[in-house]
Amino acid sequence: MRGSGKPERESALLEIENLHASVEGREILRGIDLRVNVGEVHAVMGPNGSGKSTLAQVIGGHPAYAVTAGSVLYQGKDLLAMKPEERAREGVFLAFQYPVAIRGITNAYFLRSALNAVRKARGQEELGPVEFMDALEDKLKVIGWDDSYLNRPVNDGFSGGEKKRNEILQLAVLEPKLAILDETDSGLDIDALKTVAHTVDKLRRPESATVLVTHYYRILTHITPDFVHVLSGGRIVKSGTKELALELEEKGYDWLREEAAVG
Amino acid sequence: MTAAVDAREHHLALFKAFAGNGAAGSPAWLRDLRGQAIARFAELGFPSTKQEEWRFTSVAPIAETTFALSHGRDAPGVTASALAPYWIAGPGAIRLVFVNGTFAPALSAAAELPRGVRAGSLRAALASDAELAQRHLARHADYQTSPFAALNTAFLSDGAFVYVPAGVELERPIEVVFAVATDGEREALVAHPRTLVIVERGARATVLESYVAPQGGVYWTNAVTEIALAQGARLEHYRIQRESREAYQVATTHATQDRDTVLRLHPVALGAALARHDLRTELAGTGGELILNGLYLLRGRQHADHHTVIDHAQPHCASHEYFNGLLGEQAHGVFNGRIIVRPGAQRTDSKQTNNNLLLSADARADSQPQLEIYADDVKCTHGSTVGPLDETALYYLRSRGLAAETAAGMLTYGFAAEILGRMEHAAVRDELDRVIRGRLADRTRGGRRGAT
Amino acid sequence: MTGSIEAQVLQPYKYGFVTDIEADVIPPGLNEDVIRVISQKKGEPPWMLEWRLRAYRQWLKMTEPHWSNVTYGPIDYQAISYYAAPKAKPRLDSLEQVDPKLIETFEKLGIPLEERKRLAGVAVDAVFDSVSVATTFRETLAKSGVIFCAISEAIREYPDLVREYLGSVVPHNDNFFAALNSAVFTDGSFAYIPKGVRCPLELSTYFRINASSTGQFERTLIVAEEGSYVSYLEGCSAPVRDENQLHAAVVELVALDNAQIKYSTIQNWYPGDEAGRGGIYNFVTKRGKCLGRNSKISWTQVETGSAITWKYPGCILQGDNSVGEFYSVAVTNNRQQADTGTKMIHLGKNTRSTIVSKGISAGRGQNTYRGLVKIMKGAEHARNYSQCDSMLIGDKCGAHTFPYIDVRNSSAIMEHEASTSKIGEDQIFYCKQRGLSNEDAVNMIVNGFCKEVFKELPMEFAVEAQRLLGISLEGSVG
Repeated sequence: MRGSGKPERESALLEIENLHASVEGREILRGIDLRVNVGEVHAVMGPNGSGKSTLAQVIGGHPAYAVTAGSVLYQGKDLLAMKPEERAREGVFLAFQYPVAIRGITNAYFLRSALNAVRKARGQEELGPVEFMDALEDKLKVIGWDDSYLNRPVNDGFSGGEKKRNEILQLAVLEPKLAILDETDSGLDIDALKTVAHTVDKLRRPESATVLVTHYYRILTHITPDFVHVLSGGRIVKSGTKELALELEEKGYDWLREEAAVG
Repeated sequence: MTAAVDAREHHLALFKAFAGNGAAGSPAWLRDLRGQAIARFAELGFPSTKQEEWRFTSVAPIAETTFALSHGRDAPGVTASALAPYWIAGPGAIRLVFVNGTFAPALSAAAELPRGVRAGSLRAALASDAELAQRHLARHADYQTSPFAALNTAFLSDGAFVYVPAGVELERPIEVVFAVATDGEREALVAHPRTLVIVERGARATVLESYVAPQGGVYWTNAVTEIALAQGARLEHYRIQRESREAYQVATTHATQDRDTVLRLHPVALGAALARHDLRTELAGTGGELILNGLYLLRGRQHADHHTVIDHAQPHCASHEYFNGLLGEQAHGVFNGRIIVRPGAQRTDSKQTNNNLLLSADARADSQPQLEIYADDVKCTHGSTVGPLDETALYYLRSRGLAAETAAGMLTYGFAAEILGRMEHAAVRDELDRVIRGRLADRTRGGRRGAT
Repeated sequence: MTGSIEAQVLQPYKYGFVTDIEADVIPPGLNEDVIRVISQKKGEPPWMLEWRLRAYRQWLKMTEPHWSNVTYGPIDYQAISYYAAPKAKPRLDSLEQVDPKLIETFEKLGIPLEERKRLAGVAVDAVFDSVSVATTFRETLAKSGVIFCAISEAIREYPDLVREYLGSVVPHNDNFFAALNSAVFTDGSFAYIPKGVRCPLELSTYFRINASSTGQFERTLIVAEEGSYVSYLEGCSAPVRDENQLHAAVVELVALDNAQIKYSTIQNWYPGDEAGRGGIYNFVTKRGKCLGRNSKISWTQVETGSAITWKYPGCILQGDNSVGEFYSVAVTNNRQQADTGTKMIHLGKNTRSTIVSKGISAGRGQNTYRGLVKIMKGAEHARNYSQCDSMLIGDKCGAHTFPYIDVRNSSAIMEHEASTSKIGEDQIFYCKQRGLSNEDAVNMIVNGFCKEVFKELPMEFAVEAQRLLGISLEGSVG
């Protein structure tokens, strides 16, 4: 990653090198380099179609995206060789931009199944329904939900804001090491945004890291990023600190494209 | 064609024997009804796939089998313990058991009923409640258009009779079990069970019909159910079809809803080699509400065909229909759902969905949702889908740590559970949940046999 | 909605005039001799006559279908004249030879045939009763190797091409009306787009029924060779008459590897009067075959005319990755009846089809969508999306939706959605509150409802379609 120095190898959680990826034969990512260390918050910004969501999906392991070149190491291991569920069990969490509705399956059943799959992989004991509900109580409080949401089918009939909160609830329950939030802020009103942002902030732990993929600056007023990267045309065209995000807020993305074209 | 003609002659001959024998002592109106019904059957005969309504379902296997009438046959093997695994409605239920089409009081669980409530044998009711029976029998299920309803009506002798008088709210469910015994039979049997459910003004009830065959085998159930709801009545009705995997079932369910009634129908088809269910409800009074919430879960070479008609005859009624089909192996699911909105039936709100999940390369689904609308101030929609498990949903589940197989199992179960979720009676819902989980687990283990 | 609109004047059908022209009409009736006469008048080779006779003999054994959701009295096939043509020279090599009355007729219909007035970018084949009277821009098309002419001419001039493809999509015995057409068809258009050619002009045929007691049986064949593209549009109209006239056309499309055919119809046959007297029976068989890989056939239809419409333009998706599309607007007002939709037959792998149907019922009109989506066993990963919406204007009309869905491949995904609702009173009120008349409000809302279909039409015709829709619905809003 340009301009961010060389951190200690031990603290690197995610190392992306020269990543190229395509969907339906179209190349979207054209050489991404990014290093995320534990304890850090990164913001990946960029205009529509710049490849932000593709980057998130490739890290999550979406089957429709083909990696054509480059490597992704997670805790020193080849992330790309892992199935989506293995990534999740190793502590990679992707909050979906468009969470999927699962009809007929209650939120509670789904969450418990997921948590137990992850716990089992970590060598922890699986939780029974009662223990699970106990463990869940605090997490629900964090996002301001009562347990009526638990008996509803996963995301089925949820509003946009409810779906996003549900993603954050899953984040809280699964306690990942690396959380990728794919436009979790989009489509939220100001109050919902605050709740989601504060929850994410509260859930930060020194041994974990967060990557916020976003189009807008506003979520960054609630969660301060250590680094900001700007994606354009499938590459990181600029990296910096929070000030870069502010600059983008003021000038939009066009000037970057011009700069890139000139440079 | 000749097989169909022979089959018709065979059933006419069976009727001759039946009319001259066991049915001779019936009241005159019933004998007349039977006579008209058999005459109509003689005219209609067995349907062929050339008829639009039967395009996807051939009844040739039924026409080509020589059946003997099951009425009155002894069935020593069908005991309480043989039937116990099939109970659905829990220990508190009022249970009516019919073996080979005849009421079996020893296997039934009678109970203290609120005053005026009837839950018993139709044969008994023909004597004790003749006026009620005469007023409703064959008034809802039209035998003029259906040869199968005609045949059932011709052989009408016993079945279940449920009557809930005005204002009574019956909490305990009434579970009606129709069992066919095949052990020791040289011929394939045919049973024509009849169910009549009458819920009077402002009354409320839960009725469950269950079709089982503890001994398996080839036989044919030709069932007819009639439901009449008077003003303000509410009925939660379940129909769990778990016939033998070699058996045939043809069923007709017709309901008539008066003003401000609520009818919730839950037909679930799990059994039979060949099953056809014609289900028709008429919203004949304003303010009626219908939930039609069905499921078919098929495998092997099972074929199930649901034809539903929701007839909005009056304004301000709502109907919501949901049918989910899970089709494995070489199974074939057929759904035909018609919604009719008659002239003047304004403010109709009608939704219909039919979703089919194809779980194997050889499974097949045919879906025909139909809207026929003759009023303008209406909101009607239908939707239909056929496809495999959703890739994105699978990925979503896997990204939360679930193994691919677990994720697929969860989505498949969810497809069925969505229907179970609309069932109001907790004990019934839980038992069906157990049955369906068992069925799906059996499937993932690759098992094909066992009780359906 | 209340009576303010009921008072509005029902505008008469604007294309209902009769051209007074001396015609060569053969007497009513149908037998093998009549077919021989037609074939002889057309100067056809013997194989063509044989084909017609085969179709006729098949037709005699067939019965008129009555499964559709329309009702009409019996049709007397012996009372119809099967050939009517303006008396003129047999070959029309230049426009000077065309009867000025015919030129004037088409001009009145908005289809100028004269060089200086022609529609820019559109080549027109004008068919009057049983014959093609003129085809414009033939030289321009010839330069790129595109053949566009009357089918009777094609039978004489390009017999090999016609023999190869005629009946290859709609066989001569396909159905009752197709068999009748195969026996007695008189004219129609033929288009052939050679390999790799993008047809430089929109091709168009305008069909006009003029003579009374006749039927029109046209036949259209379009062949798009590998990698070619063509956009074709047909329009039609007929005089106001109390009798019902039969129009039984057959259209066949063939698309080879990577070829694309876009076929648009604006159907404005005489719909009959308010009481349901007169009007055209439009019983048509239209089918396209995506024979080649990656080929695409797209049907767009705007059906505003005819007393009865009975047509299901379909696609046989045989080539892998081929695409079929159907976009339809069907309007029934007064006593009009329409039973229309499509058939998408998926045979090849990764074949895709899209169906968008918008039905509008007004007056006592009955409008039925009937469509078949069949995904066969070999159609791995086939996809279909269907959407059928119906709008009801007034409480005496009907809207019906009958999709038939048959899926035999478990990797295929099929989704169908339909809705039926009344025209939005809130929307009408909103428009009126902003100063629009009730009629304009309805037009605007209906046009919005049909937008997805109109955007598929070539520009020149989208405007025409919107205008026609307005006319068909005039007086309907009560």
